[in-house]
This record gives sequence, structure tokens and C-alpha cells, in this order.
Amino acid sequence: MRVLSLGRWLRAGRVPPREPASRPSGHRHSGHRPQGPPQQKVSVEVLEHLEHLALVDFRDSEGVERLQKAIQFADQLHEVNTDGVEPMDSVLEDRCLYLREDDVTEGNCTKELLENARETVEEYFVAPPGNIPLVKLEGQKTFLQGSK
Amino acid sequence: MAAVLAMVARGCGGVWRRLRQRCAVRPGSGPFPRGERAVACNARGGMMSAGKSGLTPWIPVVGLEIHAQISSNSKLFSGSQVQFAAPPNSLVSFFDASLPGTLPVLNRRCVEAAVMTGLALNCHINKKSLFDRKHYFYADLPAGYQITQQRVPIAVNGSLSYSLCIDNKMSQMVTKTVRIKQIQLEQDSGKSLHDDARSQTLVDLNRAGVGLMELVMEPDMCCGEEAAAAVRELQLILQTLGSSQAVMAEGQLRVDANVSVHHPGEPYGVRTEVKNINSIRFLAKAVDYEIQRQIEELGNGGTISNETRAFDSKLGCTVPMRDKEGKQDYRFMPEPNLPPLILYDAKSLPANMNHQQVINIDWIRERLPDLPSVKREKLVEQYGILPEHSFTLLNEDGLPEFFENVVKQTQMKPKKVIGWILNDLLSYLKQHSLTVKESPVSSFLLADLLNLLEKKEISSTAAKQVLAELWKGKGKTPLETVKEQKLELLQDQKELEQICQAVIDGQENEVMAIKAGNQKVLNKLIGLVQKKTQGRSNPVLVKQLLEKKLSE
Repeated sequence: MRVLSLGRWLRAGRVPPREPASRPSGHRHSGHRPQGPPQQKVSVEVLEHLEHLALVDFRDSEGVERLQKAIQFADQLHEVNTDGVEPMDSVLEDRCLYLREDDVTEGNCTKELLENARETVEEYFVAPPGNIPLVKLEGQKTFLQGSK
Repeated sequence: MAAVLAMVARGCGGVWRRLRQRCAVRPGSGPFPRGERAVACNARGGMMSAGKSGLTPWIPVVGLEIHAQISSNSKLFSGSQVQFAAPPNSLVSFFDASLPGTLPVLNRRCVEAAVMTGLALNCHINKKSLFDRKHYFYADLPAGYQITQQRVPIAVNGSLSYSLCIDNKMSQMVTKTVRIKQIQLEQDSGKSLHDDARSQTLVDLNRAGVGLMELVMEPDMCCGEEAAAAVRELQLILQTLGSSQAVMAEGQLRVDANVSVHHPGEPYGVRTEVKNINSIRFLAKAVDYEIQRQIEELGNGGTISNETRAFDSKLGCTVPMRDKEGKQDYRFMPEPNLPPLILYDAKSLPANMNHQQVINIDWIRERLPDLPSVKREKLVEQYGILPEHSFTLLNEDGLPEFFENVVKQTQMKPKKVIGWILNDLLSYLKQHSLTVKESPVSSFLLADLLNLLEKKEISSTAAKQVLAELWKGKGKTPLETVKEQKLELLQDQKELEQICQAVIDGQENEVMAIKAGNQKVLNKLIGLVQKKTQGRSNPVLVKQLLEKKLSE
């Protein structure tokens, strides 16, 4: 589901694709474009936005290629006719959500929790200040701009 | 009504000025000189024309997003304790710290609290609601996402009714309603302490994972006063239900305001979000300031950007917040570890399920306590007090019970008792910043005193003196104080007659004036009798005696 919406969203950032060759599968949702071979690349703005949101680093052309291949792979799902089918969001959807009684059963393990932290100050975790803007590496910026 | 018409005739400036005063903004202290004020939002809702300045009127639009911490023993998805002050990171489970391999387990009490609140606010309760993940990075959110209910929340489409007083004397109240868009369950984040000196942030996860109810209101309000009144009523409702203690000072009730302005007939303007509002008084100030700021900015040809601003309580203004640039993309996705939350009612109750696993909306509805509005009505009906009295009563924790206890223990009529409660008791408590529970004068003592007054053993003035003595909390009863200070009313008719006669004999000029027809001089004689008796005479009786003697 997440990858599906990602694919649609990325496509919205692109120049509209060519009209596809006729496909054997049945009628699709209105507004949905059948998938042809992706000629356009993912735009730089979208990539930068993704890097900022997910704190990932595409780093080089191979990383971006991998992303595009992943989108292409997921787009195959569009070949399935899902008209009138309620989307599933969890394989647990038929299960009962277990309700716990409001009792205090956990906590009081400060020492254990702080053991994993690289740096602590008087039983506080230490983190960098606020939300610092991402610093772009020299080479990376050039790469992304060059791939336009 | 006449007061309102007078205000309209004078132009809206009067209304706005009065509202500004009520919102405790010192005149002339804002950035805008008085003459340029072009907006008005009167208590009857909506906008009024700008009057003499001739500018096109502005309609302010205010919507609130409120987070109420659920009053429960343990957190929303884990078994760690919920407590306000505790050593850092001592109330944190492995799940709260987002250690790998941990899973959320929903707390039944939190669901019940949300259902209660939804029912009290006339919402439709969704029998099936879903949990989602809202992703963003911040040091106090260890998982990198917050579990919330974005797609299908637990309750939708409700309403909150609140009252405003049109004038300063609280004698004219008007009821308004704000629509509740939805109520959803979500996790609280931890707390960050910013150490700018050492360029680091200290994180305490005690609060991480505590259950919150987010209440989203439609933008139906138009000024700070309305926002403050709505939040106050919501606070009372939550406290009555027990679903949240809603103490703003302890962060149990957090309010963010969305403010925009537009001309009538035009689409809504760009809105800004105002955060860091720590009290109801500041809420009114912040909203009103932001409305003014936007109007001035647009009036000068500027634009409003869709930004988040923080309220600075010391300066009384809003400032842009550094951290929030641009619109956030939260990449919502379903929470894969939680199946849908199913609620039942009497009709749909499954026969063979464990009771502990079933939440029955109708069962909860039957057990809802009387909401503040119902309590007020009952007080007015039962005791014959005025509606505005009931508002003042309910506004103070424990005061309605105190009042009712006094009424039970005294012969004095409730209509008279309420005066002593609201004027004497309450003002004393306010002066000394005491709660009703901390009052040195108990309901028993006050009832005792009022009984003495009712039986005409002391005068009203004497009663106030005794009360002042009782405030000192020295453990004396009213009767003891009366005896000590010799405040009893003179019961001996003969003695009183003698004193009256003595006064008459000593004031020949005044007597002549009265006999000539000037009745007002009688008051002077009454005053002299009071002086002679050291305040222990019943003024009504004295008047009667004097009149009788003077007519002889």
C-alpha cells in the first residue's frame, strides 16, 4: 500500500507518460494510468524530498536506479482489477484487538534502558539539538543535479 | 437588550474595546493604535461593521486542536505508569523506548475514556476505528512515528455548547456551539530539554506513550473570548467525566489555535497555527493578538504565510517558530500491529465473548455522570439561584458541594446563602489563592454563622465581622466569637427603647427636621443608635422604635 501510493505520487511529479499499447486486463479505476515502460526518471525535487523525509541517502546513480526498479516492480500490482474490493491494511483484520487492563506492570528499568545509549547525562538520553537541516555533501548535490 | 442596542448605536468600537479589556490586554500596549481597530467580534457571533474607519470589515476565524491527556494508571499501549513528576526515564517500558521486538497492547481504560468523552460531546462513535502511523523525526519520538487514528477515528461529528456573558456584569449570557470534527486516540511523545549551552537535547521518555485524546474542532469561533469559554467548558466536562484531569499547567490539556481572517463573501484566508499556549487566559490573548496581527499585516498590503507561531506570554505576542518550515509530510500508513478496534452496543453485543474484551457503548452511556450544563440547570431549579450564579459555582472546584452543604445545615434561604458563598467566601479564597478544599471556614461553620444571622441574634454587619475572625482559622465557633466581641443584637427591648429615647432627646434639631417632613434625617438617628449600641442593634427594629417615638 505504501509503495503503491508512492508510485502514484512520483508519477504525479513527472511529465505524463506516453499513451500505452493496448493491455489485456479489464477496466481500471478512473484517473489511473496504465503502466508503460518508465522512460522518465524520478525528479530531483522528489528525490531530495524523500531523502529529507526518510533520512536516507541515495548517494549515487545505482541508488536511484534501485528506487526506480522498486517502483516499477510495485507498479505491477496495477494489473490486478481491484474494482469494488475493500483495501486490506492488515493481515490481522479479522482478529480481535486485545484489550489490556489498566494496571501498571512495566517500567522502573532506567538503568537497563540507559545502558544502550552512547551518551547520557544524569539519567537523560542525549540527542543533538532540535531538528538540524540536512547538510548536503558536495558530490551528492552535483550528482542529483546532473541526473536531471 | 437595551445595553446591546446602545452598543450598536455607538459603533462596534465599544464592543471590541470591552472584549479587549476582558482579555486583560492593557490599553495601548498592543502594536496597533486604537484608531485603526477594524475588527469586531461581539458575543452574539459574527462580525460587525468597522464603523467610522470605513475599512472593509474582517471576519476572524478560529479553530482549535486540543490534546487531552487521558487519566489512566498506565499508558496507551504499554504497562508503564502515568505520573506527572518522576525521576527521568523511570516510567518507561521497552516498548516506550521503541526497542526492537516490542509490540503495542491497547489499554481498555483509554478506549473507555475516549468513548465517554465522545458521548458527552454528542459524537457519533465509530464502532470500527483504525490505528495509523504518523512519521516524523524528533528526539522525543524514539520510534520515528506516532500511533494515531488518522483515517477512521473513534468518534466524529459532535458538538460542544458553551456560554458567554455579553456584558461585564455577567447578567446576560448567550449560548454558543462549536462543532467537534473528530476525537482520536493517540500516543504522547517524550519531553525534550534543550541545552543550548552545550548544543544538545536531553530526552526524558516518561511521557512517551501516554494516552491522548485529540479533539479537533471546526473553525466556528471568531475571537479569543469564545475560544477561552469553549475550552473552559470542555475542561469542566472532562473533569466531570474523569476521562482527563485537564490541568493546563501540568500539560494535561494542550491547545493549539488555528487563526485566519477574511472579508465577508470571500474564501477563508491563509491560517496560522499558534502553539505554546499555557493557560486559558493566554489562549484568549494569543488568539486576539494573532487576529489583530493578521489584520494589520493584510491592511498594510502584506500576506499571511501558512506557518506555525509560538505565543510568547511575557511579551503577549506570537512569534514564528524556527523548527517548523513548510508543510510536513507525515507519510501516514496503517499500523500493521493492531487490528481494527471494534466497539459494541446493546444490540450488537456478542454472546460468547469474554466481558473484559468487550466495550459496550450503551453501558458507558448509561453511566455517564451529569454534565456541567445539567448540573447548573439542577442547581437553578432546586435552589432558585440565578443562572449566572450556577456558572460561578461550577467554575470553582468543590464550591457547588460546599454551597449545598451549607444549605442543608441552615434555615437561611438558598437565595440568600448564595450571596454569602459567592461574595464573601469566594472573594476571600481568591484573595488568598486558596481552593475550596483549603478553606479555613468549613461549610459547617458558615452554616452555624448564617443560622445566628437568620435567628436575628446578630446583625448582618456583625456577621461579616465574625466571618473575618473565622478566616483566621483559630478554631473558635461563630457563637464564641460573637460572645467574645460582644456582637449579639440587643434583645432587651426596654434597653433599646431607652437608648432610642436618649438619642431623640439629644438631637433636637434633627427631631424637628423629621417632624417637619424630612425623613432622611431619620437615618442619622438610626446611625447614632447603632453607634451607642456598638453595632448591636437591629436597624429595622430601631427604625420602628424611633418612628413610633417620634410620632407620639
